Amino acid sequence: MSAPKTLYDKIWDAHVAHEAPDGTCLLYIDRHLVHEVTSPQAFEGLRMAGRRVRCPGRTIAVPDHNVPTTRDREQGIANEESRIQVETLDRNAREFGIHYYPVNDIRQGIVHIVGPEQGWTLPGMTVVCGDSHTATHGAFGALAHGIGTSEVEHVLATQTLIQKKSKNMKVEVTGSLGPGVTAKDITLSIIGRTGTAGGTGHVIEYCGEAIRGLSMEGRMTVCNMAIEGGARAGLIAPDEKTFDYVRGRPHAPKGAAWEAALAWWRTLKSDEGAHWDKVVTIRAEEIAPVVTWGTSPEDVLPITGSVPHPEEFEGGKVAAARRSLDYMGLTPGTRLQDIPIDAVFIGSCTNGRIEDLRAAAAVLKGRRLAEGVRGMVVPGSGLVRLQAEEEGLDRIFTEAGFEWRLAGCSMCLGMNPDQLRPGERCAATSNRNFEGRQGRGGRTHLMSPAMAAAAGVMGRLTDVRELL
Amino acid sequence: MTPFTSLTGIAAPMPLVNIDTDMIIPKQFLKTIQRTGLGKNLFDEMRYTPDGREIPDFVLNREPWRRAEILIAGANFGCGSSREHAPWALLDFGIRCVIAPSFADIFHGNCFKNGILPVTLPQAAVDHLMEDAQKGANARITVNLPEQTVTASDGTVFAFEIDPFRKHCLLHGLDDIGLTLEKAAAIDAYEARLKAERPWV
Repeated sequence: MSAPKTLYDKIWDAHVAHEAPDGTCLLYIDRHLVHEVTSPQAFEGLRMAGRRVRCPGRTIAVPDHNVPTTRDREQGIANEESRIQVETLDRNAREFGIHYYPVNDIRQGIVHIVGPEQGWTLPGMTVVCGDSHTATHGAFGALAHGIGTSEVEHVLATQTLIQKKSKNMKVEVTGSLGPGVTAKDITLSIIGRTGTAGGTGHVIEYCGEAIRGLSMEGRMTVCNMAIEGGARAGLIAPDEKTFDYVRGRPHAPKGAAWEAALAWWRTLKSDEGAHWDKVVTIRAEEIAPVVTWGTSPEDVLPITGSVPHPEEFEGGKVAAARRSLDYMGLTPGTRLQDIPIDAVFIGSCTNGRIEDLRAAAAVLKGRRLAEGVRGMVVPGSGLVRLQAEEEGLDRIFTEAGFEWRLAGCSMCLGMNPDQLRPGERCAATSNRNFEGRQGRGGRTHLMSPAMAAAAGVMGRLTDVRELL
Repeated sequence: MTPFTSLTGIAAPMPLVNIDTDMIIPKQFLKTIQRTGLGKNLFDEMRYTPDGREIPDFVLNREPWRRAEILIAGANFGCGSSREHAPWALLDFGIRCVIAPSFADIFHGNCFKNGILPVTLPQAAVDHLMEDAQKGANARITVNLPEQTVTASDGTVFAFEIDPFRKHCLLHGLDDIGLTLEKAAAIDAYEARLKAERPWV
């Protein structure tokens, strides 16, 4: 009998196309997702070298990063550079014959929401994209990670990546979550515990009762932020919930192919006795609704806490915390719940799925944004938007004073016109609170959709449990 | 890709942990469809006021660090987005080597694709070099890839580890795609196996 393997070991082994004596491998890539920002130079490289896309059928493109989210985008993109980038993707998709969802297709959306929604992402696959949040697809038990543009070109040309194997890390979340505590609180709490470099060199498998208990949407939220913990990828073993989500999707296997796939997918779990290089265990009962206070995703505290003093930290983090607090305009000792906000952003590949919109709407129903607070809801895809409208969620948002937008990455990174103004403070459901991330001088507090909605209603960071 | 062998130059000190790729090259400069020309916007929001004037205190706006070819930084350098615009901007500015206690994974890989050498050294060694770099033009640091060493201006030598394959590619400026295409037969064989074993993929 072969040695016990982790889920990562199994997927890795199934995708090694070539292994050199020093352990450098050519890893075969099953799905390559492409967007407009990190691909133009890669396609240009192919053209210059007279190369073709090796497997157009495994390559899926969708513009998301700098598309406007206002209705007028149907008439074309006003910003010239953004327009050129999207037109370049249009042209490259056509010229190289890859699957494409253009801006005005109802299936367009954030690449990491479109992939699973269309059934491109399946258990046991290798999935890459020129975007660090590719880790999202790990929720399906797929080995998924971000790559740079040179690697995008490499995958386009060869359908492989040059890789060395990462280490195995297990993050177990035991027990069950309390009321008002969500997948976002789990993933932020893990990063708060392990730090932004805690997963460096590792692939994380998330497991335990609390992870099993999450829906596929919640699992995507958890895996999405594996990169913020420094990991190469995050994985969750597929189970019946995964199969139910995938079944019937446009590009999922059907009939006999489905049965064959299912038989293999059921073997995709870590064996008893498999070796872990690092193990972290967290009790779900200890996880509270959290927010970030600084400019690194590891700057996480329960909403019941207070802004820390930089001196509480060690080493280089002291200076970093001082710089963060200065940028964020916060004074140590301030209760987090006393921090007023100016804006609410609900969306992104972290929290732009239907369940996220439902959670925010549940808090907002019959309530309004506080005086002076602006709010924006950006569904993760056209189909999420459609479903939300069928459920009447759009009306809850607009009646609460939110803008109801078209799909895209939007204010998560502010490449399109959706940006914070200098000094503006935002309750955001996105994934990064870096300086300038949502707009130069903008101040981002990361949190769950329910927490962001609660902050909007109260006009300050708020413990959502008080509004349940 | 330009090969990297050894380099003696001015090192700019940036004693900050978690320098992320949004800091290195903010998103408004990602709209380009080219690889070049990003150097002027390297660290844009730390380097310029909103109306485009240089912030005099920022290290890369000061002599001699305007001419820096090496960057010394805190842990977890390059975290965040996968944007290869970050190494492109460093390269376009003239930085060929970054020395830090640790790097984020994707950024680290992206450096090698662009002829930039990321050197990982223990915190104490980085602290020593950081102090050295503060001395400016009087402190030229030497990075020697074949020998895998960094030499401070006082002659202290620090050895570093590097993956042998990546070292080989960097020393010879090799094109990854060309190397992989030499193994096309292995990829063909894998695809044949895949079709038989997991036809739904």
